[in-house]
Amino acid sequence: MNLSPISLAFKNAKKEKRPALLTYTVAGDNTKKKSLKILESISKDVDICEVGFPHNTPIADGGQIQTSSYRALKNGIKINDVFHIVKKFKKSKKSKPVILMGYYNMILQYGEKKFILKCKKVGVDGIIVVDLPYPENKKFAKKCRKKSIEFVQLISPTTSKTRMKKIVKDSHKMIYYISMLSTTGGKLKISSKEILKNYKKIKKINKNKNCVIGFGITEKTISELKSADGLVVGSAICGEITKSVNRRQNPVTNVVKMVKKLKRKIL
Amino acid sequence: MIKIKKKIPLIDQHDNNGFWGGKFGGNFIPETLKRPVEDLEVLFSKLRNSKNFLKERDKYFKNWVGSPTRFVKLDKLTNHLNGAQIWAKVVSDANGGAHKIYNATVHCLIAKKAGKKFIVGDTGAGYAGKMLSMAAKKFGLKCKIFMGAKDIKRQKPNCDAMKKNGAEIVPVYTGSQTLVDAVSECMRHWVSNCDTTHMCVGSTVGPNIFVKICGWSTSQISRELKIQLKYEFKKIPKKIKLINCVGGGSSAYGFWSEFIDYNKNHIELIGVEAGGPKKSKLHAAPLSKGASIGILHGAASYVCQNKEGQINETESVSAGLDYPGVSPMHCFLKDSKRARYTFATDEEALKAYKLVTKYEKLNPSLEPCHAFAEAIKIAPKLKNDTIIIVNSCGDAKKDRDILKERLGKI
Repeated sequence: MNLSPISLAFKNAKKEKRPALLTYTVAGDNTKKKSLKILESISKDVDICEVGFPHNTPIADGGQIQTSSYRALKNGIKINDVFHIVKKFKKSKKSKPVILMGYYNMILQYGEKKFILKCKKVGVDGIIVVDLPYPENKKFAKKCRKKSIEFVQLISPTTSKTRMKKIVKDSHKMIYYISMLSTTGGKLKISSKEILKNYKKIKKINKNKNCVIGFGITEKTISELKSADGLVVGSAICGEITKSVNRRQNPVTNVVKMVKKLKRKIL
Repeated sequence: MIKIKKKIPLIDQHDNNGFWGGKFGGNFIPETLKRPVEDLEVLFSKLRNSKNFLKERDKYFKNWVGSPTRFVKLDKLTNHLNGAQIWAKVVSDANGGAHKIYNATVHCLIAKKAGKKFIVGDTGAGYAGKMLSMAAKKFGLKCKIFMGAKDIKRQKPNCDAMKKNGAEIVPVYTGSQTLVDAVSECMRHWVSNCDTTHMCVGSTVGPNIFVKICGWSTSQISRELKIQLKYEFKKIPKKIKLINCVGGGSSAYGFWSEFIDYNKNHIELIGVEAGGPKKSKLHAAPLSKGASIGILHGAASYVCQNKEGQINETESVSAGLDYPGVSPMHCFLKDSKRARYTFATDEEALKAYKLVTKYEKLNPSLEPCHAFAEAIKIAPKLKNDTIIIVNSCGDAKKDRDILKERLGKI
């Protein structure tokens, strides 16, 4: 059976007995060119790249990702620029999976069908839509699947057991577990043990799904969670870009350094 | 064309996915909020069918909010305009000075029943925040209010009131620093604290359940008006126009809800949005200026947005109307042609304020002044048997600084 690039990335990480490392950066942050350069430079250490298409009214993002999003928008990023960045990235890193992440209104305005086709064309492997929950997302998820694009379902600590079962059953290969009640980038307010306990509930329903944990993961917390299939670091990286911009340093080098450190902690 | 059903409250005319007319509303929320929203749906549906809860609500509405608010004829303004009769439902009589008290009271009652100790809310003009802080104090809840930094500056009197009531005001510096950003920040706060905290959305916007709770609360206005109309005129007059400003649309819905089943030639519903400064391209009038359908704060509605789906900045002299989206129920009323929507510019609203306060002992805030502007525009063209009723839903005390700056007086 042919594995999708995303599933293959998880398989390869598993072979190395480590979780897959997923990063989240905002397309166009801090400039279009730099965001592409960041993706290219970190791709060696990253298993899957999540790329955010920024929205100016994000209801689930914390301060750091908001700052990145506003910066990218201020620099004039448009949805077609996002696609262009992915296309260019995929040209040089063909096998590196890319997941687009954002808010539904932008997909709605672009047109669902057109959006998925465009994703397919530029080489997007998966889509996460923050504000299109289950079961409302079933139709869109189906459309994605038809084009062999992974639609990633989210599960949170508030998700009930029955709901969790339904979501896992209808999910594609990958599931995103939100570690805690928080917007992105909040401080981890529960123990890693607690997070892993919930994570295991999902795995128990179906161990074949690749389940990643995200929200609040930093250099400090990442190693405690390394028994998961994958770990997502977003706000910490966005924060690093902000810091670099403020200090007039090159965000590319700083982000590469950070990602290398993150990688070492999960080996 | 989408059709409104009769004899069913508009708040209940949505489908299983929470959409009015198949496309407005819904629940575009992060997974984390699914459960709290569903819990709230279950609780609210139980409470609204409980006689004890209704008794409790009515008790507080009567003794604390101060129901009914006055329904008065504006004789001098009517004489001056020399056309239709102009009446006002003086909702600003309510405790705190605006209709926001109904929603705030109900949300605090619900929060208590849900066993929550904290309540958070958004505010633009500051009335939603002020009322929530009042109700929170009354019911012993800890209260946090999210407010755009720009609004904090321009609506100081209401901020002072919030602080006096012991609420914490959280200034929001993102985006345009107005209501839209306050709502986003408030929702983000709820995402992080939904286990201990109840959220009150300040208008008939947001995820489906918040539209319903708010509409259910403000309906008090039209329940009172219906009785008052029968009392004043012996029966409901033959030609009525109910004019209300529309930002999120909570006061308009509350003012109209009992009258939606009537024929529009009998009772016309007119919503007036904020047209913004005359010379500016910016406005807050998604219904009357042809905005497209988009998603904002968890619901689909007509939204001021660009082609990419980014939410546009809005501009209005009235902070309470300065919002790029609008209630899905108003979108439904517009598309079904039951209500008519128009806008008034900043200048027209200010002019209306001058005229109304010149002739009447009434001090309407800049929000209802948008509605008065429309009344002043159409009244002279109508005959004396037409009854125009304006919902004077807020008091202008909070606009002290703006009025002083723009009109040179308090």
